[in-house]
Amino acid sequence: MRKEVRIAGFGGQGIILAGIVIGKAAALYDGLQAVQTQSYGPEARGGASRTELVISDEEIDYPKVQHPDIFVAMSHEALLAYLEGLKTGGILIIDPDLVMEDEISSFITEHNIQVYHAPATRTADEKVGLRIVANIVMIGAITGFTGIISEEAARKAIAASVPPGTEDKNLSAFEAGMELSREEV
Amino acid sequence: MTSEDYFIQGNEACARGAIKANCRFFAGYPITPSTEIAEDMAVFLPREGGTFVQMEDEISTLGAVIGAVWAGMKGMTATSGPGFSLMQEHIGYAVMTETPLVIVNMQRGSPSTGQPTMASQGDMMQARWGSQGDYEIIALSPSSVQECFDFTVEAFNLAEKYRVPVMVMSDENVGHMREKITIPEKVEVKARSMPEEGPDTYLPYRADPDGTSPMPALGDGYKIHITGLTHDERGYPDASNPQAHSKLVKRLCNKIRHHTNEISRIKTENVEDAEIIIISYGAPSRSALKAVRTARDQGLNVGFIKIDVVWPFPEEMIQKAAGNAQRVIVVEMNLGQIFYEVQRVLPEVKVELAPKIGGEMHLPEEILKQINSTKD
Repeated sequence: MRKEVRIAGFGGQGIILAGIVIGKAAALYDGLQAVQTQSYGPEARGGASRTELVISDEEIDYPKVQHPDIFVAMSHEALLAYLEGLKTGGILIIDPDLVMEDEISSFITEHNIQVYHAPATRTADEKVGLRIVANIVMIGAITGFTGIISEEAARKAIAASVPPGTEDKNLSAFEAGMELSREEV
Repeated sequence: MTSEDYFIQGNEACARGAIKANCRFFAGYPITPSTEIAEDMAVFLPREGGTFVQMEDEISTLGAVIGAVWAGMKGMTATSGPGFSLMQEHIGYAVMTETPLVIVNMQRGSPSTGQPTMASQGDMMQARWGSQGDYEIIALSPSSVQECFDFTVEAFNLAEKYRVPVMVMSDENVGHMREKITIPEKVEVKARSMPEEGPDTYLPYRADPDGTSPMPALGDGYKIHITGLTHDERGYPDASNPQAHSKLVKRLCNKIRHHTNEISRIKTENVEDAEIIIISYGAPSRSALKAVRTARDQGLNVGFIKIDVVWPFPEEMIQKAAGNAQRVIVVEMNLGQIFYEVQRVLPEVKVELAPKIGGEMHLPEEILKQINSTKD
């Protein structure tokens, strides 16, 4: 089982941390192999941000993502930039408040993409009262929609990755994200 | 003994390996893509009673490490291509003065400042020949986060054993990727060999049969003269004496060359009876491995060699493992460096190059395509 995940948005959304948390959950708490990589340019501040994960139950030879099974878009720019790579029959998770879904409807149909909606930024604002935890809300949604990591591993990885003293806020953000996945399903 | 698992970057693993190997001095001039090594050493070293210094450039950086090592510390620096170029003068000085130290080079796109955030293996020959004169160094090439830790520990041990600069030649891919690694509570660490005899009879450059000599620290009471000039067994300059120069430089080379089979290491997979053998090292060895496995699934008889310790070049090991192949393909992220070494040691075999520059690893398909290309 080799699964490839790509998460993209803009700088400041915590995209890279989301990748690290998911990788940590898989590798340290779910007993899987995981490689997390990221791309950035020398000038990147507030521009595009992207993290990628390979998760497998076997040794990972080639560590880079080529054709993601799961693509999470947290900005419209990122959605348009990376949608092409998504595997036929793959999963697309979008924050509907930040992207215009109409523009990609033909790709979705042609490639038989399963689309899930996770308004992570609004949920972070309204349910947790902290916009900055939108990335953790999205981890909850990814976990709920795809099962790529277990809930228990995700909680442990979040607690181990966020600044001390912010664990409760972040775990409630994760629960809010899980809730989004239940609502849509 | 307990060990602990972490999900960290290759750079962080190098820093943790250095600390485990008792490195207590780091001088650096941070440079992408190696910066996290300096950042971590700045955090870890003060906790361990060690010293971190940020210098004004990479020339002074390696000078500071050489000084700290002669003061009795284990020392390291980390850099990338532009800094590695500036270090070449002091690499030669460390070779000549037999100063054990470790340099991590997270290679990036080059020449010059090139591609700071992209990878290459463009410095492999510079590691071997970058400073002037005849000399030998040791270079290891990690391809994973775990190897960054393990090879850094090994680099410190080899440096002490052979009193030579040892280079960890990785690249941006490995430096920045995160994977799970297991860090044991304790690792095997080679301590510095101190002289058994007293200051009256000790000669700092009188070599043991294996070519090295014990090394006291400044302040231990031994009178030591350290120079980059050709020197005698006392360490005093003897630069106009042809015999002294020949004896010294041959010893510096032979203490490594005569131990190539102990220092170097390759890993092989399915090389017996393989018609085609892929040879790689560092990050692209992972693309190569994927390509080899796919080719085998397609029914092709393909073997794989990963070079862990690239310098001194594992000549006899490569000959033994690949000497009977019909084709050998060398996969590296440059336009041909280790390829020429493989060609040199396998004169009877058709050796091909699978080069790649631009900053990204080879795609497994690219290597597979070359495996499947018509034999001519």
